Amino acid sequence: MTRTSGDFRGRRALALGAGTATVALLLAACGGGDGDDGASPTAGGTAAESSIDCSVFDQFGDLQGKTVTVYTSIVDPESQSHIDSYKPFEACTGVTISYEGSREFEAQLPVRIQAGNPPDIAIVNQPGSLRTLVNRFDAVKPVPDAVKQEVEENFSQSWIDYGTVDGTLYAAPYDANVKSFVWYSPKAFKDAGYEVPKTWDELMTLTAKIQSDTGNPPWCAGVESGDATGWPGTDWVEDMVLRFAGIDVYNKWVDHEIPFNDPQIIDAWDKAGDILKSDKYVNAGLGDVSSIATTAWSSAGLGITQGTCWLHRAANFYAAQWPEGTDISEDGDVWAFYLPAQIEDEHPVLVGGPFIAALADRPEVQAFQTYLASTDWSNEKAKVSASGWVSANKHLDPSLLNNDFDRYVYGVLTDPKTVAGYDASDQMPSEVGAGTFWTGIVNWLTGQSTQQVADTIEASWPASS
Amino acid sequence: MTTTPQASLPAQTLTLNQRAAKVRRRLSNPWASGIAIVLAILWTLPTLGLLITSFRTQTDINASGWWTVFGKIFTGDANFTLENYDTALHGSTTNLAQFFVNSIVITLPSVVIPISIALLAAYAFAWIDFPGRDWLFVAVFALQVVPIQVTMIPLLRAYVSWGIGGSFWSVWLSHSIFALPLAIFLLHNFMKDIPRSLVEAATMDGAGHVKIFFRVVFPLMVPAIAAFGIFQFLWVWNDLLVALVFVGGRPDVAPLTVRVAELSGTRGGQWHLLSAGAFISMVVPLIVFVSLQRYFVRGLLAGSVKG
Repeated sequence: MTRTSGDFRGRRALALGAGTATVALLLAACGGGDGDDGASPTAGGTAAESSIDCSVFDQFGDLQGKTVTVYTSIVDPESQSHIDSYKPFEACTGVTISYEGSREFEAQLPVRIQAGNPPDIAIVNQPGSLRTLVNRFDAVKPVPDAVKQEVEENFSQSWIDYGTVDGTLYAAPYDANVKSFVWYSPKAFKDAGYEVPKTWDELMTLTAKIQSDTGNPPWCAGVESGDATGWPGTDWVEDMVLRFAGIDVYNKWVDHEIPFNDPQIIDAWDKAGDILKSDKYVNAGLGDVSSIATTAWSSAGLGITQGTCWLHRAANFYAAQWPEGTDISEDGDVWAFYLPAQIEDEHPVLVGGPFIAALADRPEVQAFQTYLASTDWSNEKAKVSASGWVSANKHLDPSLLNNDFDRYVYGVLTDPKTVAGYDASDQMPSEVGAGTFWTGIVNWLTGQSTQQVADTIEASWPASS
Repeated sequence: MTTTPQASLPAQTLTLNQRAAKVRRRLSNPWASGIAIVLAILWTLPTLGLLITSFRTQTDINASGWWTVFGKIFTGDANFTLENYDTALHGSTTNLAQFFVNSIVITLPSVVIPISIALLAAYAFAWIDFPGRDWLFVAVFALQVVPIQVTMIPLLRAYVSWGIGGSFWSVWLSHSIFALPLAIFLLHNFMKDIPRSLVEAATMDGAGHVKIFFRVVFPLMVPAIAAFGIFQFLWVWNDLLVALVFVGGRPDVAPLTVRVAELSGTRGGQWHLLSAGAFISMVVPLIVFVSLQRYFVRGLLAGSVKG
């Protein structure tokens, strides 16, 4: 009896204790809400120490203590150099830049716009999504005059056009990447006596030669990229369209003025097939043609450092994928050559890059937009960036770039002979550019013919555009 | 008052023991054991693979599958490293501890708020007679079928207009809203199981609703609360969607899941870190589950057999 009543008392004490704890936690929960309204504006630094010309921002008035929110898809570890590159602006104006990166950026941005709390600045990754933001959500503010001046001063007309929707400039280019490169190992080339090809025919001859010398496929490729699987393959096709159909056809193709399955496109696409669908030429060290569809794009080219693969077509940002300690130099472990066109004098280049869309027009947001479009920002960003960052800004000081490879990329990008074609899949409506074009690549690699795939994609083109 | 729980407790243990014995007899079939073991192995295999992968070097992960490790252990070629854990923990600009704290700050109120409210609601539904009670209960129960995805944009819009968008309040409230229908339903069913005589006896002794709730009902509900608490804790701790939509990815509010989802880098090139990240975020739920597992099983049994 005593034992059980003691037991009961114990239980009651436990119950009371638990009840009190519940209440206490609830109170704690209520109390905790006050301090976390996000980035409370901390007093910015004084307008003293700064490596840039601060007087540019005087026209926007006193901005001390204001906050600008930036939303991007750039996350750790790449994000740090972006945050650092904003510091001179913060020092100048006393504005706090609140940076938020998310890999779910594309899905979350429309949600936030519809819910009524858009970020001030969104760094959108494609002209296609910029157009959607302007047309469907009416969310983007046209750039102020100060930004327009900077953009016209610093960027070539084609880049300005990508940020323009229906004749109005909505967004300045942010940074750039260049996709028309073939990675190779200069050391291995030197040992085997191979030369870097200058024309498409030379490239195909070299491919055949490596194949007959080694008995193994020379090219390695991979298009697997989670729910974006297929995109590296679309870059292949786009590069071929630029080379064999020309920039005018390319632009018409992007705007759907000619059908997706136009004979010129099919012909160009088949040029990619000469390599990617030939069991003799792919897939070095990884399997047969269909293994391209299942190989991760990020690891597909690593065979070059292991001696199993000779050639890998990938963008300049593939530089970040090489294992630590790889010597990226013109006579080192890896380097890239420009994917040649039909003749040596032609320089079509496939490019990509995000744009700075402002969703608010407060003075501090416009001041920050002006900073991001300026050469000052490009130079600051170049100083703090790790390898793999370039901008299309014509006035960027190349000596500030991280390494020789970035300088080489910048050279290709700003070469007057260069004809830049912006990544087609990023400009097409997302049903195609981020849908059937991607899946089409997988179907193409796993057996369907070029015609079949192109017909399917054409049929999926949304009627309205 | 003192005699009733004393009488009911041994009775309950007896039936439990009887039931356990019955189940044990039925499951002692060698075939059943064999199937159970096979299922257990199949179930654990992916986790094992993840665990092994998290200790492999980046080059190995890219080059071959985790199962090749077993062959390599015999030949002595196996390489293991803690580097993935190091990068996942310290490789970012914000210390991972910050995200741990955020996750805890998000999870605790999101567990406590719905349980507190659901306990009171379940008590009312079970022991207080008021008009329309059954209809109201059916309505609450029916709310479970509303998929949370359709509520997100309207909810976010409401939070923004109340001025709490992007703060912890929005996740606490959202998780509570999403958890309440199930919590009320479950706790109500547990509460119904308490013998009516017990509550009546307390009323006879002059106890009001508050006293009955805290002195009689609450102690008997502890296993049920623990069981639902674990459920809710695991769901909130592992949640990515709600956190991403309502608070976003700013380091001062984002939970661990948001960080783990971003471990692979801007272009997904660093996916070899994900397995290590998964195990880091798994540590807390594992501790919670193992330490409260006793209640979990008891709570499940109590609910399923009597209802």
